[in-house]
Amino acid sequence: MTQINRLATGGRVNRDRPLSFKWRGKTLTGYEGDTLASALLANGVSVVARSFKYSRPRGIVAAGAEEPNAIMQLGATEATQIPNVRATQQALYDGLVAAPTSGWPSLRFDLMGLVGQVAGKAMPPGFYYKTFMFPQSFWMTYEKFIRRAAGFGRAPRERDPDQYDKVNQHCDVLIVGGGPAGLMAALVAAKSGARVIIADEQEEFGGQLLSSHEFIDGRSASEWVASVVEELVLCEDVQLLSRSTVNGYHDHNFLTIHERLTDHLGSNHGSVRQRLHRVRAKWVVLATGAHERPLVFGNNDLPGCMLCSAVSTYINRYGVIPGQRLVVMTSNDSGYQAAIDWQQAGREVVAVVDTREGAQGDLVNAARARGITIFQGSGVIDVKGKSRVQAVEVAKIDVESHSARQGTQQLVCDTVATSGGWSPVVHLSSHTGRRPVWNPDVLGFVPAPTTEPMLVAGAAKGAKDTSEALQQGREVALSVAADLGLVTAAVSLPSTTSVETSVPMAIFHIPHTKPTSRAPKQFVDFQNDVTAAGIELSCREGFESIEHVKRYTALGFGTDQGKLGNINGLAIAAAAQKKSIPEVGTTMFRPNYTPISFGAMAGRDCGTLFDPERYTAMQPWHVENGAMFEDVGQWKRPWYFPKSGETMAQAVNRECVATRESVGILDASTLGKIDIQGPDAREFLGRVYTNAWAKLAPGRCRYGLMCGEDGMVFDDGVTSCLAENHFVMTTTTGGAARVLEWLEFYHQTEWPELELYMTSVTDQWATMTLSGPNSRDLLAKVTDIDLSPAHFKYMDWHQATVAGVPARVFRISFTGELSFEINVQANYGLHVWQALFDVGADFNLTPYGTETMHVLRAEKGFIIAGQDTDGSITPYDLGMAWAVSSNKPFSFIGKRGMARADCVRDDRKQWVGLKTKDPTVVLPEGAQGVFDPSASIPMPMVGHVTSSYWSENLGRSIAQGYVKGGLSRMGESVFYPLADGAMIEAEICSPVFIDPEGDRQNV
Amino acid sequence: MLHIHCPHCGEHREEDEFHYKGQAHIARPLDPESCTDEQWGEYLYFRDNPRGLHREVWFHSAGCRKFFNVVRDTQTYEIHESYLIGTQPAGRGTPDGDSTEVQAS
Amino acid sequence: MQRYSALGLLTQGLRHHENWQRVWRNPTPKKHYDVIVVGGGGHGLATAYYLAKLHGVTNVAVVEKGYLGGGNTGRNTTIVRSNYLWDEAAHLYEHAMKLWEGLSQDLNYNVMFSQRGVLNLGHTLQDMRDIQRRVNANRLNGIDSEALDTQQVQELVPIMDCSPNTRYPILGASWQPRAGVARHDAVAWGYARAADALGVDLLQQTEVTDLIVEQGTVKGVSTARYGDLYAERVGCVVAGNSGVLAKMAGFNLPLESHPLQALVSEPIKPILDTVVMSNHVHGYVSQSDKGDLVIGAGIDSYNGYGQRGSFPTIEHTLQAIVELFPIFSRVRMNRQWGGIVDTCPDACPIISKTPVQNLFFNCGWGTGGFKATTGSGHVFAASLAKGEMHPLAEPFSMFRFHTGALVDEHGAAGVAH
Repeated sequence: MTQINRLATGGRVNRDRPLSFKWRGKTLTGYEGDTLASALLANGVSVVARSFKYSRPRGIVAAGAEEPNAIMQLGATEATQIPNVRATQQALYDGLVAAPTSGWPSLRFDLMGLVGQVAGKAMPPGFYYKTFMFPQSFWMTYEKFIRRAAGFGRAPRERDPDQYDKVNQHCDVLIVGGGPAGLMAALVAAKSGARVIIADEQEEFGGQLLSSHEFIDGRSASEWVASVVEELVLCEDVQLLSRSTVNGYHDHNFLTIHERLTDHLGSNHGSVRQRLHRVRAKWVVLATGAHERPLVFGNNDLPGCMLCSAVSTYINRYGVIPGQRLVVMTSNDSGYQAAIDWQQAGREVVAVVDTREGAQGDLVNAARARGITIFQGSGVIDVKGKSRVQAVEVAKIDVESHSARQGTQQLVCDTVATSGGWSPVVHLSSHTGRRPVWNPDVLGFVPAPTTEPMLVAGAAKGAKDTSEALQQGREVALSVAADLGLVTAAVSLPSTTSVETSVPMAIFHIPHTKPTSRAPKQFVDFQNDVTAAGIELSCREGFESIEHVKRYTALGFGTDQGKLGNINGLAIAAAAQKKSIPEVGTTMFRPNYTPISFGAMAGRDCGTLFDPERYTAMQPWHVENGAMFEDVGQWKRPWYFPKSGETMAQAVNRECVATRESVGILDASTLGKIDIQGPDAREFLGRVYTNAWAKLAPGRCRYGLMCGEDGMVFDDGVTSCLAENHFVMTTTTGGAARVLEWLEFYHQTEWPELELYMTSVTDQWATMTLSGPNSRDLLAKVTDIDLSPAHFKYMDWHQATVAGVPARVFRISFTGELSFEINVQANYGLHVWQALFDVGADFNLTPYGTETMHVLRAEKGFIIAGQDTDGSITPYDLGMAWAVSSNKPFSFIGKRGMARADCVRDDRKQWVGLKTKDPTVVLPEGAQGVFDPSASIPMPMVGHVTSSYWSENLGRSIAQGYVKGGLSRMGESVFYPLADGAMIEAEICSPVFIDPEGDRQNV
Repeated sequence: MLHIHCPHCGEHREEDEFHYKGQAHIARPLDPESCTDEQWGEYLYFRDNPRGLHREVWFHSAGCRKFFNVVRDTQTYEIHESYLIGTQPAGRGTPDGDSTEVQAS
Repeated sequence: MQRYSALGLLTQGLRHHENWQRVWRNPTPKKHYDVIVVGGGGHGLATAYYLAKLHGVTNVAVVEKGYLGGGNTGRNTTIVRSNYLWDEAAHLYEHAMKLWEGLSQDLNYNVMFSQRGVLNLGHTLQDMRDIQRRVNANRLNGIDSEALDTQQVQELVPIMDCSPNTRYPILGASWQPRAGVARHDAVAWGYARAADALGVDLLQQTEVTDLIVEQGTVKGVSTARYGDLYAERVGCVVAGNSGVLAKMAGFNLPLESHPLQALVSEPIKPILDTVVMSNHVHGYVSQSDKGDLVIGAGIDSYNGYGQRGSFPTIEHTLQAIVELFPIFSRVRMNRQWGGIVDTCPDACPIISKTPVQNLFFNCGWGTGGFKATTGSGHVFAASLAKGEMHPLAEPFSMFRFHTGALVDEHGAAGVAH
């Protein structure tokens, strides 16, 4: 196929750079500067899609972001597939591969189209609410068939090879839109010394000026654009972003710009594909222009029906004329431009059908002077044709009574261009929560006044021509500059040729000779097959609020978000209810202005950067020694250290036995550590922990429980007194940040009179715990201090030198064994760890991970906050009354909470030990217990298993968990019905399974 | 994304740097033991939750790690002022009829 | 009420759809009602419907300041499930689930309840313990619920990255086969149509400006549009606006209203057949019958009535989605929006009497509102009809925040949405 619709000259395409591309498997040619849409039109392609509901053939309607039909699947390889690309926004590149996203089995021969024709009658809006209900169980079956029709393009099946970036920016003024108003605003702001970002969604700056015949300052509009851009490039502090859509306008002048860096070049460029700018702007200028509205009439969706402005753009900007014979229908003067452009390009204009009587503007007169036939007070009420416009029916219309006179005239043509006026692009301004307001002069909604520092200029504000747009652009920039305290630059207003226009008509829906319900389908929202009859029906059924109309008919829910159809739909709903448009109001637009790839939103924050990975200083050793890791908070903690051929159970059993029989070592660096200093530090500890701290002497350590004001346990750990006014607190690994913030909250907002200072020192220290009967002997080999029980007692700490480096050594134990926790500067961590292993061989020094730590502490009956607690557990529920000091003078946090009526019930779930009757059976963690194993479902549950392990040391299983009133039910049975039908019986016992007297640690 | 003025740093910073801590001026009862369950429950859980001006605590967690108060409109999200803990808002921060409940905290 | 059926559609089609009846009237309000339900969202409309249908209380008005179903009903990610941890919550949500299962037929309105199953992913060992705990509790409560391992998850969702190479590898999931999604608007409209047919007055565009309280007893509501309307009992079901209404009656609630955001992609061909939720990485996704990926975000931290939240929340959600589904990276996000969720400290609702006699509140559903619509309306209607709380509603009294008898669903094992 050749480019049958390409004009010999004209347009901004580069005829010296032909580009070949594929459409539905066929190779076609376009030029550099084309969009995919202009290239398809140049090649005479008119059907680009099948509609969603009725499967009707559809063609290209628009030339920009408002295009509803030309939704393509792009991509030459599987990994680089992109679904739903709008052909009007995709620059053509060599090798581009595009396919339609609808039509089965093919666009031309579409079986669904038959279904659409046959069943279409029974498919009014909301038809699915009214059927597919019987029998009850069948919806899932119906749904399977309905889903087959779903969706446009498809997701790739392979991982995205591209990268996405984000950049944070600040500017004095962000100007959205690079048409006349935006460029003028940028120029004035830049010359005044402001820091400017100007962004435009198109391939190049200029907006409508790029397809205009106007002259500015005596030059062609596009030359003026080039000169302004050139000037801006030279300005310091001006950033020009083309191919960059300002997609969202968020609070406090935070906006996002989606910049496409390589999408116009094709895939696999190896560089960053798209970049998301996150911009905080002191001022925002919206110069977003306006979208032309099509008129709504019978069969207005046939390929060949287009917007007037799109026709002009294809001719003037791309040198493409999308047909042979044109009929224009318009309600305003601007529609005449398409007719003039068409005729100038050398093809036939059949007629201009003007809905008005007696229009006399300059363009109208120019068309008349060119001999173009003009029908006045008339409308195109119907289009004939199968897969392309073949003729139109024109009738006299009466707007007041919304009727068309009988006696229509048929005009043969292949293209119908319509203009129903211009809708300011108000999307961004409504993102911030302000509903746009109706402006009767503009016949459209304009941005509402806002509390954000935001101004609007140009067609977005209703400017009627270039001259007014330029003037408004200058005005807003001057006011921004003045607000910023800048010396405003004297930039003169360029001269333009002024055009006299006649008054546009407020008409949206062209009446047919038949009532709307019986007229040929008149489409309002092409993408969702929403018709005028559908909107009227929804109002008749009682869906009167515009939100109801929208939701019931799906008006505006497409990927174009109603850019073409919303106002027309609104007008039709208003007319159906005999209300005015502002009375009906408008729906809100939400981000994004146009769709943005998930990848660009995610940026680089996936994979390892999804969340920071934290490692301890000993990480290289763990990796080298084959550790398996567990995620705990952001930390990667060694879980267990399997030797070759070992299963997890075997490794854990070996680690457990080695520790109790000789000595094991745990990397405990991840525990939170908070350094607390100050004369009131001790008092503070007494308030935030449940137990007493007044008498903890320097050199001593103590375990503490923390509760919320509700009396529920939320963290625990050991705090050591380093000096009279100096403590170091440890927290759980996952709770470290939360605890510090919580402490700071109480200190700063409740008790600012207490003098103390808190600093997180988690990362500053490496912590390793030696545990087991031989830990003392092992440690003695590398330290200078006296480790004898008389000198270094349980719950003491000493400053020491370990392996040649300064260390704090704490004699605290989470296993019940003699244990020493060695803390050294993080940088020395690996050295000390290695040094311990250098002398450890004689003692079978065994590294263990979190799993063995869990087993050993469970054997000893110690809780793990977060595993054995869940935010609904008091210290009393845990059987830890010993950790609550009720006679402290200050009412510590949690004290009042745990005294509430529900917290002192006897039948609360209490934490107890559980011994399975069969010692070889390990209860599953999370199993739910019942007292009566024969109860029927729903079974009354009495508590769940929180911790459960095989204890190799005891040669049996052990478990802990909650049982209703469990503390007073020692020796009784609880039953655990499992999913596989098994029923495990367990006896309630003390949660301490090993050495309840503490003989092993007091050695 | 909110743009929040930290009165300690003297700068507007991005919301990412802060943690929200709920309604401001809720003082911990000085003598919890004298509170009834109902009073303690009110202190713990019951909040004004207004549509409109709201005095609230923010924490500059990724900055100076200081708490401060903010008067913000929960409808428009406009921030009217930031002020120090233990002080009262200068301007429009006091919702109607609520001035007597203000406690220094 | 005009019955809906396939045959009806064909017949009406032949008549150019000119004879469809109104789905509900635009009634002139009476001066006095037996019950006024404030709030015309899904819960309020369901309440009115069950009042009329099951309790014979038909002299009922639903007073709605905007349009029916215009709040969170029409803004959520439509997930329906009942696999809650605690007995009280599980019984309530399972009660709702059973009503969902016959709802389309009951209302003669297809709410497209699609029981395609919901996966709650686990990414840490503690997640997996919590999943076991919840699944076991569900099972003994008679709720279908299973724990799956990574392999089983992968089989259900082949396109998800279940490899060990992600930042937080998927270790397993809980799976509720009966759970799924429904068409949110249809739920509100179906209840509204059925309630209207039973005589309930649906008063739209009618903002309640005050509650009429005399000597500690509610007498009715003042409205901007129709003046004072009187009632024996008043039930407030106004989600995010509950705090504002409670203030009118002179008390506070243990509620905060927060923005909750959601987004959809452009429609793509069917690729995801179940609902996937991950609390750990904060991403929730299903695919609508139209082909959009419907994605829910976490709750924004601050109080807000603006029906919009912060951008980083959306960014983080999409990071999670791309992390779970790398092949979605080139799919494009179409639209985002926000709702206002009223959250309770224990992530469970308040269905309760109040300090004001004859004034009842049903609120605080947080992220659980949509899935509970049926059951919430059902038990609230029973409570309003009898003046005494339905047994399933009893644990959800607002006074539990005084005694401490919370139902803490977001402790370790709670799952949002």
